[in-house]
Amino acid sequence: MKEVLLGALHNDILAYVLMALVPLAWVVPFALFAVWWERKISAHMQDRLGPMRTGGWHGWAQTVADILKLIQKEDIIPAAADRKLFILAPYLVFAGSYAAYAAIPFSAAFVGSELNIGLFYIVSISALVVVGLLMAGWASNNKWSLFGAMRSAAQIISYEIPVALCLLAAVMVTGTFDMQQINQMQEGGIFHWLVFQKFPFLFLAMIMYFIGSLAEVNRTPFDIPEAESELVAGYHTEYGGMRFALLFLSEYANMFVVAAIASTLFLGGWTSPFGDFLSGPWWGVFWFLSKGMLIVFVQMWLRWTLPRLRVDQLMEVGWKVLIPFSFVVVLGVGFWVMAVR
Amino acid sequence: MGTYFGNIWRGIVTILIGMGVTWRHLFTPAVTIQYPDVKVKLPERARNRLYVNMDDCIGCDQCSMACPVDCITIETVKSTPDVDLGLTSVGTKKRLYVTQFDIDIAKCCYCGLCVPPCPTECIVMTDVYEFSEFDRNNLIYNFATMMPHDVEAARTRLAAYEKDQAAKKAAAAKPAAAPSAPAVSEPPKKTPPASDNKV
Repeated sequence: MKEVLLGALHNDILAYVLMALVPLAWVVPFALFAVWWERKISAHMQDRLGPMRTGGWHGWAQTVADILKLIQKEDIIPAAADRKLFILAPYLVFAGSYAAYAAIPFSAAFVGSELNIGLFYIVSISALVVVGLLMAGWASNNKWSLFGAMRSAAQIISYEIPVALCLLAAVMVTGTFDMQQINQMQEGGIFHWLVFQKFPFLFLAMIMYFIGSLAEVNRTPFDIPEAESELVAGYHTEYGGMRFALLFLSEYANMFVVAAIASTLFLGGWTSPFGDFLSGPWWGVFWFLSKGMLIVFVQMWLRWTLPRLRVDQLMEVGWKVLIPFSFVVVLGVGFWVMAVR
Repeated sequence: MGTYFGNIWRGIVTILIGMGVTWRHLFTPAVTIQYPDVKVKLPERARNRLYVNMDDCIGCDQCSMACPVDCITIETVKSTPDVDLGLTSVGTKKRLYVTQFDIDIAKCCYCGLCVPPCPTECIVMTDVYEFSEFDRNNLIYNFATMMPHDVEAARTRLAAYEKDQAAKKAAAAKPAAAPSAPAVSEPPKKTPPASDNKV
């Protein structure tokens, strides 16, 4: 992909800028679609219909209309807010979640940057989001926002540990951080996927990674940072218009990032579940995106199933359940890998 | 230790049960009714917008008096004996011109108390409930069918008739006072005044 662009444009900077924009062509439509999808899923799970009128067929254009409205809205910055940080925060949050896309392999032929520490890069760059959220909450000069931001930071930092340990368990099997190589190792059908290797350790790792990732992207049942009933909307209470849209966009972009990591590490990423059948660069994109969307669907499914956890319950799940179990998984996989070798 | 693993197990199982519930509901037909496209059938005798059949209204003002929020305004002009306003569909003779019959439906509380007093059953509650307006004044419904010049004509005719009657009364009283004749036996004759019969 990069070579093609470099060859066609004869201009390094333009080629790299275009290369960086490619995932945006997925992220923005995905966010628009996912918001609509979430509304439809939530509606149908509650025996409602959700948006039905905008655009004709089942209200497909609802989120497009919403974003057009958000773009037109007045840009309000509260008088007591810390102006510079308030303006900067949404960009930082979005940069943090978008930067992760650089190392996500969409297909055998396309990954933004072929880093040999791709996974490590994603995990560390995602931590930038926390800084942005804290910044947003602090700069808003609003108690709810600050509460939300602090809860968010506490939650993300404490759940980074089990998440990182679960990813480490997978990395111990693959022996590499390179996302593209991790994918290539899982080629050859559904039983080569890491989730079915070293059973049940990596299966457990995937479940725990998924639970931890829910907390990392502040989704129900771990959505206490933006608990509507207690904190209005948490760190983005004071945001409106385009800045709010940007925060929302990065929230959904983050959802897909964690789904993409889960699908790359455990579900074979762009590899076809049928071995060589239906595989290739373009089918790779299809498989990768559909696996990601499946995980996003489960995230939404859980959101409309479970109530919100209390803070103490959240900490209990994180420190007393996920961390010990992820240590068990790491040890189990470690012994297995060493013993088999 | 047993409760620790038991709690985790229970957590997993109950989450799966909950997910099963939401999964089933995902495919349950929605209860939502797509309102402007699909409408729920109203029950019989549903009380919604008022309608007045002016052909049957005798201007008795009973509905207006029954109304607890005073949303009905009726003004009438007496007809003169030479004019026949016709009968209502239930056979009541109409004696009054109904010059104004306004219902401020914005005030109406849909109690339906105006309906039973009506002697001719001309005021009814219909099943129409979609009558929102952009201007509040459009919610004052004018049911009166008379044109302003007809109202004026009726008023002048009544005034002329009453003046005529008063003059006759005075004329009858004067001779009766002077000769002290037996005026009691003969009441003043009600002669229809010669007026234009254009109504």
